[in-house]
Amino acid sequence: MRVSLLIAALALVVLAGPPALAQDDTERQLEKYRDMLKADPWSNPGLLEADRGEALWKEKRGPKNASLEACDLGKGPGKVEGAFAELPRYFKDADRVMDLETRLLWCMEKLQGFAHADLVKKPYSKSNQAGTDLEALATYVANKSNGMKFAAPTTHPKEKEILAVGEALFFRRQGPMDFACATCHGDSGKRIRLQPLPYLSKPEEARKIVGNWPAYRVSQGSVMTMEHRLVDCYWQMRLPLIDYGSDAMIALTSYLVNRANGGDITAPAIKR
Amino acid sequence: MIRVLTVGAIIACLAGGVAFAEKSQGASEAQVDKVIASSWAKAAPEWKARFVQDETQKLCTQYRNDPPAAIGEKIVEREKATIKYPADGKLMGDWKNGQKLAESGYGWRFTDYPPRRVNGGNCYACHQLDSKELSFGTLGPSLHEYGKIRKFAEADVKAVYERIYNPHAVLPCANMPRMGASGFLSIDQIRDLTAYVMSPESPVNK
Repeated sequence: MRVSLLIAALALVVLAGPPALAQDDTERQLEKYRDMLKADPWSNPGLLEADRGEALWKEKRGPKNASLEACDLGKGPGKVEGAFAELPRYFKDADRVMDLETRLLWCMEKLQGFAHADLVKKPYSKSNQAGTDLEALATYVANKSNGMKFAAPTTHPKEKEILAVGEALFFRRQGPMDFACATCHGDSGKRIRLQPLPYLSKPEEARKIVGNWPAYRVSQGSVMTMEHRLVDCYWQMRLPLIDYGSDAMIALTSYLVNRANGGDITAPAIKR
Repeated sequence: MIRVLTVGAIIACLAGGVAFAEKSQGASEAQVDKVIASSWAKAAPEWKARFVQDETQKLCTQYRNDPPAAIGEKIVEREKATIKYPADGKLMGDWKNGQKLAESGYGWRFTDYPPRRVNGGNCYACHQLDSKELSFGTLGPSLHEYGKIRKFAEADVKAVYERIYNPHAVLPCANMPRMGASGFLSIDQIRDLTAYVMSPESPVNK
């Protein structure tokens, strides 16, 4: 009840008024909302997705009628606690570095027998749609590292390689607008319209923001994952839709998590 | 002799240290291209082509937007040559249409096809212009009263037109898109935007 009231109040703030003032006000209301969440963490609507994800994790599903409880997220089969804090990482069975979402795809394919093409058909929800299974599972697993610090390994040659590619992609200028990620996220204290832009190469700023994802987006009424967030950036850069679970996603996530190394995981956080 | 070399090496390391840490190491162009090819595998050929860098994009990436002077000069020279001017020589158009274009961020995103309206300059995403518009970004400098401060000088009208058409023609590796050179905005649209910034009647200069 309290959750829905808060959401209704926020939705009104988001919708009402001229954009500039509304957005300012939205930030203030969100801050109030975040404070209330600190007092009562269970009122975070993102946790409903985490709960749904936990149920999905344990449910026997797919052609193989298996649960995900034997899924190895890097700390051994079935160990979910703290796994997200050490992703992306190299997985020997796949001979590939994987982020959380790619690893979930892998487990759903290998353990449950789902077809890759079906899983990536609609990985994320649109505004005001119910969350997808992948969103719920990602929220569940990330939330099981809540309060821990990012410590993704960078010792395996493939971890080093993809991290270097992620950094190169972050600074690569391309497309009809000549944009790189660094065009918007390469300096402190900047904003686009009224939206503050984190300087993502700077550890102090990355640590505050990267651990928020997957995050509950009030304007959207659902959880948004890190991969979905990256799709949005590339859309704005006038570049095409990145494949879900692709190496560019993993490379950029590796770079962001590396910049945020030592930062707190607060997923699912609340975003505008 | 060895000591001199060691000292020299230490100085070189200290001097280079900051720059070194800032430059991308490790990933070769081939590695990056491979990841791009595999990660946007489903994109249509004309969309894949957007990842192919021209010489300026390559250099600005390589030097992280801080090219050595000689390379900067070459970029300026090349980009200057891309600028096309209106046949009638009039660089200022309709500031009212410029205002609309300055507000709109529409165009060339993958959800913008087939086009439903004209492309917008999205100036407010990064710049302050009309002081009544409170929702402005700060990635670029404030342009409020830009024309007024410059006494609406003819030379500055031309400079603004060129700057919108291709900012690298003035500042190599500028962050701003080359909206004329890329074909994103037309000559007419650019002169409308020029008027929005430089016309005495424009609210930007009120």
